[in-house]
Amino acid sequence: MALIKNGRLTADRWHLYEDDAPLQPDIPAIVSLARFKAERDALLRAHADLGVRLEPGETPDAIADDLDRLSVIALNFPSFTDGRAYSYARLLRERHGYKGEVRAVGNVLRDQYLFMARAGFDAFEVKEGESAEAFLAATKAVTNAYQRATDTRRPIWELRGAQPAIAAAAE
Amino acid sequence: MYRYDEFDATFVHERVEQFRDQVARRLSGELTEEEFKPLRLMNGLYLQLHAYMLRVAIPYGTLSGTQMRRLAHIARTYDKGFGHFTTRQNIQYNWPTLEDAPRILEELAEVEMHAIQTSGNCIRNTTADPYAGAIKDEVEDPRIASEVIRQWSSLHPEFSFLPRKFKIAVTGTTHDRAAVKVHDIGLVIKRNAAGEVGFEVLVGGGQGRTPMIAKTIRDFLPKQYLLSYLEAILRVYNMLGRRDNKYKARIKILVHETGIEELSRLVEAEWESLSRETTVDLPRAEYERIAAYFEPPDLAPAEASSAAFEAAQQEDRDFRHWVRTNVKEHKVDGYAVVDISLKPIGGVPGDATADQMDLVADLAERYSQDELRVTHGQNLVLAHVAKDDLHALFKELAGAGLATANSRLVSDIIACPGLDYCALANARSIPIAQDISRRFDSLDRQFDIGPLEIKISGCINACGHHHVGHIGILGVDRKGTEYYQLTLGGRADENAAIGKILGPAFDADGVVDAVETIVDTYLEERRGPDETFLDAVERLGFQPFKDRLYPQKQAAA
Repeated sequence: MALIKNGRLTADRWHLYEDDAPLQPDIPAIVSLARFKAERDALLRAHADLGVRLEPGETPDAIADDLDRLSVIALNFPSFTDGRAYSYARLLRERHGYKGEVRAVGNVLRDQYLFMARAGFDAFEVKEGESAEAFLAATKAVTNAYQRATDTRRPIWELRGAQPAIAAAAE
Repeated sequence: MYRYDEFDATFVHERVEQFRDQVARRLSGELTEEEFKPLRLMNGLYLQLHAYMLRVAIPYGTLSGTQMRRLAHIARTYDKGFGHFTTRQNIQYNWPTLEDAPRILEELAEVEMHAIQTSGNCIRNTTADPYAGAIKDEVEDPRIASEVIRQWSSLHPEFSFLPRKFKIAVTGTTHDRAAVKVHDIGLVIKRNAAGEVGFEVLVGGGQGRTPMIAKTIRDFLPKQYLLSYLEAILRVYNMLGRRDNKYKARIKILVHETGIEELSRLVEAEWESLSRETTVDLPRAEYERIAAYFEPPDLAPAEASSAAFEAAQQEDRDFRHWVRTNVKEHKVDGYAVVDISLKPIGGVPGDATADQMDLVADLAERYSQDELRVTHGQNLVLAHVAKDDLHALFKELAGAGLATANSRLVSDIIACPGLDYCALANARSIPIAQDISRRFDSLDRQFDIGPLEIKISGCINACGHHHVGHIGILGVDRKGTEYYQLTLGGRADENAAIGKILGPAFDADGVVDAVETIVDTYLEERRGPDETFLDAVERLGFQPFKDRLYPQKQAAA
């Protein structure tokens, strides 16, 4: 797996632990929600860098109170067709004000990058061999968006509203 | 009608280029069919029994002469010279090649059209009353809200991988011609006690293998909150809708299993939260910018009754019949709404040839403010025709086989493509529709029968809307033989109801006889010509029909 973060291919310093694997304290760790719940206090004590992975059906509400102590929330796509994590990503950013990394893991395909980036994901575990160029091209394939989401794009209706002002300034 | 500005045009052109790249990756082998499938489906390209099928969006069923002419050109150039208008007011081409698909989409983009979200588990083409803007008692043209929804839902980053497809329909009058109660969301534009315009919001209607009538989730939503409220419903559905079984994934099942009260509570809470967090709703100026495109056309004043029109009806019997069935009252004196039937006797429901499309484009330009509608009943509409022009229009339509006088009569049948085209079908639909239509070819007999809607689906997915047919026909497969199950009493209007199964199924020959038996029973049992088929079924119940259809059972009992 390769990691694209903020549009660049990045070395992934995080390790995703299976629930029964012993944790090494010096490696940034991503654990399942079940493990986080079961070992919460010990995990937070032992790991300065801790992340939680949510499966579809596990909403951000489950970790809402601990978000300021978590550096990564990984949202799993067991299949690209399961779109629940798009809502979870928006909720993390917009409802919970989460500023850490929201990472897409699992069945993450090129033609979903744009949707994911707009929904608040900033890190993507992608197929080995995927390039940053392809990632950027995919997220720029459609310049403007009709609706406001979590990214910085201004919706088309807002750009339209701004148009007369620009035209007036040009005159 | 709505016209693209530079933002709309750029958006659609970029989407074409994106798809061109995806097709190139497929053709080069970089993408497997499995990987390509979700991509092509996001652009309306299906792989059917014999070939690819491309479904082109006709937003809320409205298009210009230029756009219709382009659809004709595509039919002629990339298909076998015809297209098929669907129950979602779209058009399907049954024989395009994969290589041609990007070029077709480019040709569509040139006339402000696309195939975005005509398939896939996303928000599909929003449908609306085909008489929008032309009939009396309309609170607001439903196409305004439909266009607002079209833009908001296009490539929505959160709602492109829903549990299942999602269909929205809008009507601006209390008499519902948009079947809003069998949609995932139905919107009825209304005024509240204070005279403000808003929506009654219904949710959870649908057909398929578990047909359900939509329930009201909010009695009055002020107009300015349309998109934020839809966003709240969609978010709740996206997170809670079932994904374990595709047949239980539509929002109707969520409504059913959660209960409308609880779901309403969840949606209202979500709406309140998201309204604090973000701005989804359009500013008033943008709503009005879109609304301005749907201003009523500037129709020259005319007398309510036209002497030429009356005289032509006296002289031309066929014209008189056509006026009786296919011409409806317009809100402006001296004008009429015209149904163009795509149901010639023995024809394929909803099919039109390229030449017919070209002609209709011309007629729209000359007689109806350069605007056409596609109906969910698979017909076309010219919405603003001067009564003085009706006879000339009729003669031109008749010359092209487009003047069948059967709007809402027994031969005006909805049918899905069925086993002749569709990979999902269990049985053929089109030949059954053709046989029934031929059986009832006598116009006098059709007039005598009165309004009667027959709807035929070739499988349980119910694309032919059989659940809401006055007589519904469902094709099933039994050990390799096609059988047809009959339902009675369904309807898709403001009193929407799901039809109920009458009894054992019939084979392909028997089903046409059975329909005729049902009709004959109605004619014999009705109180008079004023008692419609549906009224008679309601009064009589199923027994008289069963007695006639299944006499051997009676004998055995």
